Amino acid sequence: MAQDIPNKSRVRIEAESICEGFVADGAMRFETDILLQAEVLLDLYGEDIRARAYVTTDPERGEMMLRPDFTVPVVQYHMQGDGFPASYTYFGEVFRKQEDYPDRRSEYMQVGYEEFGGSNAAESDADVFGQFSDVLAPLGLRAATGDIGILIAMVRGLATTEDRRAALMRHIWRPARFTALVKRFAGLAPVPPSRAALLASEAPLQDAGVMIGLRSEREIETRIDALRADAAEPPMSVEIVDLIATVLSVSETCPNALEHLRDIAVEMPGLLPALDRFEARCEAMARRGVDVDSLPFEASYGRTSMEYYDGFVFGFYSEARPDLPPVATGGRYDALTRRLGQGREIPAVGGVIRPDLVLDLGGLP
Amino acid sequence: MTIKLGVPSKGRLMEKTFDWFGARGVTLTRTGSEREYAGAVDGVDGVDLVLLSAGEIPRELAAGRIHLGVTGNDLIQEKLVQWDQKVEPLAPLGFGHANLIVAVPNCWVDVDTLDDLDGAAAAFRARHGFRMRIATKYHRLVRDYLRRGGVADYQLVDSQGATEGTVKNLTAEAIADITSTGETLRANHLKILDEPPVLESQATLFRSRRAEVTDQERAALRALIERLGL
Repeated sequence: MAQDIPNKSRVRIEAESICEGFVADGAMRFETDILLQAEVLLDLYGEDIRARAYVTTDPERGEMMLRPDFTVPVVQYHMQGDGFPASYTYFGEVFRKQEDYPDRRSEYMQVGYEEFGGSNAAESDADVFGQFSDVLAPLGLRAATGDIGILIAMVRGLATTEDRRAALMRHIWRPARFTALVKRFAGLAPVPPSRAALLASEAPLQDAGVMIGLRSEREIETRIDALRADAAEPPMSVEIVDLIATVLSVSETCPNALEHLRDIAVEMPGLLPALDRFEARCEAMARRGVDVDSLPFEASYGRTSMEYYDGFVFGFYSEARPDLPPVATGGRYDALTRRLGQGREIPAVGGVIRPDLVLDLGGLP
Repeated sequence: MTIKLGVPSKGRLMEKTFDWFGARGVTLTRTGSEREYAGAVDGVDGVDLVLLSAGEIPRELAAGRIHLGVTGNDLIQEKLVQWDQKVEPLAPLGFGHANLIVAVPNCWVDVDTLDDLDGAAAAFRARHGFRMRIATKYHRLVRDYLRRGGVADYQLVDSQGATEGTVKNLTAEAIADITSTGETLRANHLKILDEPPVLESQATLFRSRRAEVTDQERAALRALIERLGL
């Protein structure tokens, strides 16, 4: 470990210099605690974050978490302010357990840049992506992009019941579960015997026995009613299932992906507003000097990361070192500001760079 | 130096382990007074008996402080990250059978699968304003199981004992715990989900991949394994 110490100071210097670059472009410096209240993060990310973040307890303040990222604190900070558009930059340690990859660092530095309140989403997306692309250009990384907003628009536009759309929306970020639900709604997966028996029973609660626990008889009845109503619905058509699979598998350059998705939108008109936003972003990126014609786009990109991105998503990867995690990641997270803002919502887009990986790859000049 | 064999220090698990080794010509005995945790090994040379709490055996194996150890694979998999790189299972011992399962109240007639549990959890959170609580002490295994099962909107609450009582006491909505016969679950008005268990466990003899061995110790280890017919 001792030989890591000079390296750590080099990482800090690299982080500071990247951060200074964002400041020079007009961003404000942001600082926050390392020890954060766990509850807000757990409510946001769900129990899975415990597998990735360090949770500890304070005798007075309850469960605390070692900062897994800066996003939540920076959103909270901005939303307590005057509400004017602003951009922030920061750097500091974050902590992630690496149970699946014990060789990866569990404590590392992040440099971030976040833009709040931009009135033109396409311009803000393009600006953030462009800044990251410029900073990282000397490393010759491969960029990946996607757009969760297209998937949300797809689900929102599905010709099926509101309950089914809500169930799919909940699981956009869990691809396997999402696919299983699609199959079930289309009648392509067998109904479990227990469900069939429940639906066949005239008074299922008759043999329920002792009622225990906080979940009331009323809640159980409500869910049974919902299950009965769902069973009475016609299955989603095979055509829709195929269209969903086609959308999810789109993976080509941005212009080709846009064209492909526009073809699909003939039968899925719900996609159109999101595709207009995609197109506007491509144009804004091109104006900013991004080589959009060769920029890859994957419709499923970003689905398995932390589930707060709800629009544009991007990442930068080293092709020479495929063993490394992404050097930078980011995206749009308007919905997160809505959940943290108690009703208020502010457009937000940003990303983080890992200066340690930048150094592993030779550093920036 | 000698090979160190870690065995649970008390109760049926210890007795059954002694029986299992005894049936294979290796006699394990406790020595000294009833309360002294010391033991002896006869029938094979160069092996020391170390009596430990079953819950500590995974850690000792992973640290390489014992070469062999008997414990449940539930404890190995819960306590050791990437357990298969740290220990190697040599033989299931055929006792100490128990399944780690998820159980919900019997009265939840609408919940039998993980899919149901997820649906109920979503509705529960919307109705009560907090994530459905599942009481357990097997945090890692259960979280991984629920993640793979696509369950969201739940939280694990720690319960180190009397877990089956948490639902009635309103400190959890469901539980995940070890069961062998299911009797305690039934007595507490709970039912097991109609899904494969989180884990099927039994007492197992493990070898540490981390313990260093001299040539002499390697020979003793080989002789023991041969004697046990593994």
